[in-house]
Amino acid sequence: MSESTAITHAVTLAELMIVAASEAWRDNGELLASGITTIPRLGASLAKLTHSPELLMTDSEAYLVSEPVPLGPRGDYQPKIEGYLPFERVFECVWGGRRHAMIGPTQIDRWGQTNLSAVGDYAKPKSAVLGVRGLPGNSLCHANSFFVPNHGPRVFVSGEVDMVSGVGYNPARWQPGMRRDDIDLRLIVTDLCVMDFEGPGHAVRVRSLHPGVSFEQVQAATGFPLIAAPNLGTTPLPSAEQLAIIRRLDPHNLRGSVLRDNPPAVRQAAERAA
Amino acid sequence: MALDKTTTLQAAVASLQDGMTLGIGGWGPRRKPMALVREILRSSLRDLTVVSYGGPDVGMLCAAGRVRKLVFPFVTLDAIPLEPYYRRARESGVLEVMELDEGMFEWGLRAAGMRMSFLPTRVGLGSDVLARNPGLRTVTSPYDDGDVYVAMPALKLDAALLHVNEADQLGNTLLDGHDVYFDHLYARAATRTIVSCERLHAQLALDPARAQANRFERYLVSAVVHAPAGAHPTSFGPDYGWDMAHLKHYCASALAAEGWAAYRADFIDAGEAAYLDKCGGAVRIGRLPLPVF
Repeated sequence: MSESTAITHAVTLAELMIVAASEAWRDNGELLASGITTIPRLGASLAKLTHSPELLMTDSEAYLVSEPVPLGPRGDYQPKIEGYLPFERVFECVWGGRRHAMIGPTQIDRWGQTNLSAVGDYAKPKSAVLGVRGLPGNSLCHANSFFVPNHGPRVFVSGEVDMVSGVGYNPARWQPGMRRDDIDLRLIVTDLCVMDFEGPGHAVRVRSLHPGVSFEQVQAATGFPLIAAPNLGTTPLPSAEQLAIIRRLDPHNLRGSVLRDNPPAVRQAAERAA
Repeated sequence: MALDKTTTLQAAVASLQDGMTLGIGGWGPRRKPMALVREILRSSLRDLTVVSYGGPDVGMLCAAGRVRKLVFPFVTLDAIPLEPYYRRARESGVLEVMELDEGMFEWGLRAAGMRMSFLPTRVGLGSDVLARNPGLRTVTSPYDDGDVYVAMPALKLDAALLHVNEADQLGNTLLDGHDVYFDHLYARAATRTIVSCERLHAQLALDPARAQANRFERYLVSAVVHAPAGAHPTSFGPDYGWDMAHLKHYCASALAAEGWAAYRADFIDAGEAAYLDKCGGAVRIGRLPLPVF
């Protein structure tokens, strides 16, 4: 077995998604990188430790740190604090626009509108989720990317999301005088592919397919029509250096429990092994 | 010193009335005035409008059927993302809701504290927060830009409930912990603020650095209750972390038939001293490690 084959077998889809997520924060300049939940947070952390050291990050509680904080119990690791960012100041940062967040909404539609509030009839929802949280403000004020661990038509809905929490590029929702020029939707990292909003009129476009995934498979799992990017390629596997950083940042392998059965990055590898 | 605002949990809650709008400080499962919430559950108080960055405070008041209307941006227990009793109330359709962005919510408290009818913000435009709250109106800038804003109305509170680390008889307070969220704004937005505290002093005597933990003036505080471990089972830095075992037990109760009645009988009905005993006592609670994020 060659070394490259060995790496291919060892790499998980979660790790590939972390590397894909980290690309969202490349060339963003000096702003707050907020990766919410395990894979986005590891993506932001990887970005800061590799291509974008100028990013600001917090310890996910209240302090700005000069080095990303490892996930889970830290032993005697002490966060390297360089500043203070409690929620009151996070809101001030949001309104000023110097932030790029990646979150995992319950629903996403073709306009990039997102829902974290309630699924079904609003008056009597089938499923009450968290509430709109900060999505209306985040989506209006600063750059946003999304993370979807279960790419399917229940997430990528055919019509509008049931309760528009995060705003997007649906012109019908905007009246004269309502400024929406700061809306800035970047990447959607899913367990099948990476997408963006760079199609005509901000249409959702597949940018890269994860190894072993076809465009048709992604389209079948999406409730609205997708466009293939002209240079549609394969999402790159993590390098040995990136993997080493990910393992150091996530010593308890929390990334291993995000996706069902923690599949390998290369799907055929799993099928061959089975 | 003549000024003495100290009182008991029972007397503090007895001063509240049915139908009031209550702001509850803290954030999700962090820094919640749970001893006061439990005392409300022991009382007959009902038809409440609850204004909260919601956690188990909202869940328990919903479980007991005390909430007529909820003003909120979220309800969550963080490590347990979905609050079961909030969900049940919301999904049953009985709960009237005013669902707001986290920052709009802050703006509403600020407007009330500044005695403004509203504060303008762009946040909420284009979202269903406007569509689902037909009472929310927009306002056009009087300047040449002509920009349209949401006129976020003041969230005026009849009373705010807060739990603080230290307080004195006069109503001076100290809030510690890495983030004390928006407790100061609840105090400003409320006609009356009831504070419970871990440690009660006759009169605080502070050095300048320590005085920075005083986040709002004592004239805002109407009543002070000594309630050690009064934020349990939520986290309350630096004194104790959340009690995840207890929160899991509480959530599991929602899955059982008559689960809320059992939780209430087991933990709440016998009073706050019995509650603390049942939860292992103040010493055990004081050892609960702070959460790692």
